[in-house]
Amino acid sequence: MKSPLFAAGFLALANLAAAETPVLNVLTYDSFAAEWGPGPAVEKAFEATCACDLRFVTAGDGAALLARIRLEGEASEADVVLGLDTNLTAAAAASGLFAPHGQTIANDLPVPFADPVFLPFDWGYFAFVYDKTKLATPPASFEALAAADIKILIQDPRASTPGLGLLMWVKAAYGDRSDEIWAGLADNIVTVTPGWSEAYGLFLEGEADMVLSYTTSPAYHLIAESDDSKAAAAFDEGHYLQIEVAGKLAASDQPALADAFLAFMGSEAFQAVIPETNWMYPAKTPSAGLPDGFKTLIVPAKSLLIPADQAEAMRAKGIEEWQTALAK
Amino acid sequence: MANSAGKIGAITTSGVAIAAALLVMCLGTLAAVLLRAGDAGFDPADAAAIRFTVAQAAVSALLSVLLAVPVARALARRQFAGRSVLITLLGAPFLVPVVVAVLGLLAVFGRQGVLNTGLVTLGLPAVSIYGFHGVVLAHVFFNLPLAVRMILQGWQAIPAERFRLGSSLGFAPSDILRHLERPMLREVLPGAALVIFTLCLSSFAVALTLGGGPRATTVELAIYQALRFDFDLGRAAMLSATQYALCATAVLLSLRFVQTPGFGAGLDRTAITWGGLGRWHRLSDGVAIGLASLFLILPLALLAARGLPALFDLPAAVWPAIARSLIVAGVCTALTTIAAILLAAAIVQGRFAKMLEFAGMLPLAASGLVLGTGLFLILHPWVAVERLTLPVTTLVNATLALPFVLRIILPTMRKIEADFGRLATSINLSSFARWRWLILPRLRAPLGFATGLVAALSIGDLGVVALFAGDRGVTLPLLVQRLMGAYRMEAAAGVALVLISVSFAVFWLLDWGGRWNADA
Repeated sequence: MKSPLFAAGFLALANLAAAETPVLNVLTYDSFAAEWGPGPAVEKAFEATCACDLRFVTAGDGAALLARIRLEGEASEADVVLGLDTNLTAAAAASGLFAPHGQTIANDLPVPFADPVFLPFDWGYFAFVYDKTKLATPPASFEALAAADIKILIQDPRASTPGLGLLMWVKAAYGDRSDEIWAGLADNIVTVTPGWSEAYGLFLEGEADMVLSYTTSPAYHLIAESDDSKAAAAFDEGHYLQIEVAGKLAASDQPALADAFLAFMGSEAFQAVIPETNWMYPAKTPSAGLPDGFKTLIVPAKSLLIPADQAEAMRAKGIEEWQTALAK
Repeated sequence: MANSAGKIGAITTSGVAIAAALLVMCLGTLAAVLLRAGDAGFDPADAAAIRFTVAQAAVSALLSVLLAVPVARALARRQFAGRSVLITLLGAPFLVPVVVAVLGLLAVFGRQGVLNTGLVTLGLPAVSIYGFHGVVLAHVFFNLPLAVRMILQGWQAIPAERFRLGSSLGFAPSDILRHLERPMLREVLPGAALVIFTLCLSSFAVALTLGGGPRATTVELAIYQALRFDFDLGRAAMLSATQYALCATAVLLSLRFVQTPGFGAGLDRTAITWGGLGRWHRLSDGVAIGLASLFLILPLALLAARGLPALFDLPAAVWPAIARSLIVAGVCTALTTIAAILLAAAIVQGRFAKMLEFAGMLPLAASGLVLGTGLFLILHPWVAVERLTLPVTTLVNATLALPFVLRIILPTMRKIEADFGRLATSINLSSFARWRWLILPRLRAPLGFATGLVAALSIGDLGVVALFAGDRGVTLPLLVQRLMGAYRMEAAAGVALVLISVSFAVFWLLDWGGRWNADA
């Protein structure tokens, strides 16, 4: 244990030297902090107001964030966790590691959302994305999809947040009939990938007709690649929401800075960079409106969302049902 | 054994120390996870995952080894222009990160791949890669290179004098097979199959991506699920312990099959072409080499072609990522190689040999996730782990890579001891002279291959970096993953090409260094 101790001592000294500027550690997922993600712009804008040093610490995705914070417990250096979604917030709140934010910030979410512990920063609808040049008539419901000879790629609900989102989508739309829907979808599924990027990569390689992603995915291709061939299929049942949230940790040594950051999340400077860096809808629409590419996207007639505590309660059983239906 | 008492002490002691360090890294981290969990238990679905894991690993290992025999034999007894380059190239799939290699396989076997395009053009039905066979195909793709190299080394370790003797006795190919090749294969095959079996035991992304659905659930996926979504540390620890138990069973089984062939010492001459001179043999060797090359190189070539356009527009993060990857690889290779040589030397000495060898194999069965999590739990109270991303990654990579080096150099070390050990002792060769003139020169070729392998694996490994990395610790594979996670598939293909090139260049350099001037 000599070298970690030595390193700890060394780092403590190094920290003393830089102690004048307070540091706010934000634990977030990889793609948020990446050079092409919202991270750099957010850091610059927040540091201009806070006289502090904003540092991103990253983990793979929303689920990894929660696992990481539960591993670290109260000893965590992080002050804010940014990037959980509503399928994870119940477990996160139950860990007791988060503190109420105590703020009221208006948002433009399609459903009423008020949580004492977590504040939303962006959101999107799950949807099946397809290539218009290859699939002329996309299905308009899960039942139509199950009946059609259309191949889809999905993510594993045991390993990825979109995969879990799809599970909740089917549950929210069909309730007790969900196992029937999964049994019908079984022969449409080419494969189940561990994460979003594998599935989306395979889709772009032409391995399937549709992939589970977001209604906002076509905006990336349109804006960043000037490619208008991708579209999301509108489903009559409605589309399930993914709401991404942030919360402050109870054991934070910078509670005031953490509060300031959560408040800053609702500001124009933060929200305006979301659409074209995170490719999701901003929680609060910027005054200049959304980028043009976003106006071409489908807008679901109905938004589905299972409340966080119920989602957590039905997860294990839902996964079991999913496994049974697809293992046949 | 036959050495002076003092030297036994030093080498055996360092071997025991290394074995102890490996035990701490593998079982100590597991214990840390268990301690934190408090209780442990299985999930009802885990039994199915264990069955699937063992089945796919067994089939993958058997197929890889069986297919590797004709390829290795053809490469061993044919001389042709570019043979040495081809041997190096055939190693490539083993060095490529899984995410990248799967895309390469799909370029050939996927729905829009070369194979199906061809079949459809010929009016034949398309084939699907997804399912059990797809998982096995991918595992054979990854591990055939390793099997070929391990078996090829076996062939090259048969002293040239034996083949000459055989030829002067008028041995037919069947006699060569019976007296020389079969005993060699009996020694080499179980070890190669064991390594591949254990590697496939901890497969995760391949099985899930190509498996076609939840039937293809592996133990490693169950661990991932337990750690990430359920935060069920106890279950993760139990599953990881199961992986060790499976690996231990496989090691014990393979040890029962291994026989050391009694070829005796030769004069270190490399065997030249022997046997198989008939037209049929020439043809079958050509087919074996041709098919293996096509199977192993085509997917990567297609992948490289795809990455080429993006090379001119690489993200800025690629340069520091290359530097980090190279540093990690360099330190990791040095650590692993020194540790593996000492451990092998201690095993050859004979004291605690079985236990030391077992400890050296243990990391093969380690779940990278549990190892990383355990290390995190151990280090976290002392130091901010995200600041130690690179040292921690290096340490874990070095641990996970050690079994490869050990397996590759151990047969040669054994042979050196068996052939020259008594002679060296009887002429009182000093410890230094023994290493300088006897062991290291003979170890050079396997060592070059082993270090090349470790360095390349370490560059291509995503492993624990993904668990710990902050924005300051991005390595090449993590960068590929991050680009893919942000719709940037083309940029990802470009960085993947950089990654393949860097890994391959490092592998080539070290492997070539080991073989240089040795084929004469």
